[in-house]
Amino acid sequence: MISQYEVLETNEMIEKENLDVRTITLGISLLDCIDSDLGKLKNNIYNKITTTAEKLVETGQYIEKKYGIPIVNKRVSVTPIAMVGGSACKTSDDFVEIAKTLDEAAHKVGVNFIGGYSALVSKGMTAADELLIRSIPKALASTELVCSSVNVGSTKTGIDMDAVRLVGEMVKETAELTKDNDSLGCAKFVVFCNAPDDNPFMAGAFHGVTEADAIINVGVSGPGVVKTALEKVRGESFEVLCETIKKTAFKVTRVGQLVAKEASEKLNVPFGIIDLSLAPTPAIGDSVADILCEIGLEYAGAPGTTAALALLNDQVKKGGVMASSYVGGLSGAFIPVSEDQGMINAVTAGALTLEKLEAMTCVCSVGLDMIAIPGDTKSTTIAGIIADEMAIGMVNQKTTAVRIIPVIGKDVGDTVEFGGLLGYAPIMPVNKYDCSAFVNRKGRIPAPIHSFKN
Amino acid sequence: MKKTIITVVGKDTVGIIAKVCTYLAENGINILDISQTIVQEYFNMMMIADVSGTEKQFGTICDELDALGKEIGVMIKCQREEIFDSMHRI
Repeated sequence: MISQYEVLETNEMIEKENLDVRTITLGISLLDCIDSDLGKLKNNIYNKITTTAEKLVETGQYIEKKYGIPIVNKRVSVTPIAMVGGSACKTSDDFVEIAKTLDEAAHKVGVNFIGGYSALVSKGMTAADELLIRSIPKALASTELVCSSVNVGSTKTGIDMDAVRLVGEMVKETAELTKDNDSLGCAKFVVFCNAPDDNPFMAGAFHGVTEADAIINVGVSGPGVVKTALEKVRGESFEVLCETIKKTAFKVTRVGQLVAKEASEKLNVPFGIIDLSLAPTPAIGDSVADILCEIGLEYAGAPGTTAALALLNDQVKKGGVMASSYVGGLSGAFIPVSEDQGMINAVTAGALTLEKLEAMTCVCSVGLDMIAIPGDTKSTTIAGIIADEMAIGMVNQKTTAVRIIPVIGKDVGDTVEFGGLLGYAPIMPVNKYDCSAFVNRKGRIPAPIHSFKN
Repeated sequence: MKKTIITVVGKDTVGIIAKVCTYLAENGINILDISQTIVQEYFNMMMIADVSGTEKQFGTICDELDALGKEIGVMIKCQREEIFDSMHRI
């Protein structure tokens, strides 16, 4: 029988330590919607999303009530639109039309975001891929809930530098088109290396072509829970530290597993994966940086940060994999800047730089995330930053990503406010030296050798 | 059997258990176990109940217990047992 102590512990996690299920994401394949007529295609897409996801939000709310656990986001991810729209879209504006349809469908079913306005171009771009990438600025500026991603590299294929260069330009253009909103459009776009097919988190969620027709993926959260658990073992050995993180990650993931199974049954959609990520929010006490501080750093970014983060990331996975048989997505610790009060503090204090963040991304989930940089940063410099991050993913056989926001009209010393879960961020300085001659080379970086590991 | 955990937390006052139990009885909810403590004048109660006998939706019961809690000045939470089971039992 459940004891009063256990009930109390769970409820304290929920009420005081911000334990929540970050997202239930319903992946929907749009491959059966394909038509060469744009009007028909848009109709098919709208109908498929609004029928498949009709009860998603309602089901989420039902589960919240049943277990007394908040489910912060209900989202939809779809097949990369470059594939779906390939035969119907002759211009970038045609793709923007599809983005608007996705936005309408998302509003209709009441989800928080819809992801999958994406192209997978790790080895090369088709004409449709390129049209889609070129349409991203306009698509993000003219929609509210659509999120976009581009996969420009992988360990098996290398990095498509033509796509990296193009994405650099598109990030800049997106910033320009949404400059009245502090370049918010860029917060809805992410560029990947080794993008997973089943990631439930935005902005990078899309429904991979290897997936079933529809699938439920769940992302858990709970940095605050880990932080509180670690407060009780201050000064203890690494063994105790790791053990505590593992146990906590186990508990958090089990909640995700329960919610995923229930949602899957209720919606009659198969359960895909649990994403074990520690995802922070701007709420006080819901910070991954605070965990690093609790492990023993004055600020995130201090010497030792990469080691502490590597430890944290690994223990979260070790605890989580026992709690669910199907783990996938990005799974690890996220280190976005604007969405994490502890990271913001570290940047403001001067403890955390772009270069240190890059090092941190070698050992944890995703990459350079929600980083605001000066609006006058050149597109080739942005492409250079992206290329660096992609190279880390390619060589280390992991997923890396860049979600960077050149805030038009702002410079180092300014702060930018995105609002809601996206938080706020101080503008971070970028290395001023030029990389355009490198970025402007045509072609791709070859795939790395998988032997002679050094 | 649909086991449900009802927790009541708040400042101690006369008749908390009576009011909660009356509500449960009126709605055909059977109480299986009660444990209660008072720590520094704070009332802390956990009940395990079976909601399979009630005709009301689970969400409605949660809302009504929440409203009852506000009336008495305590916090009443009602959750299905599975969340605790999955978190604390391997």
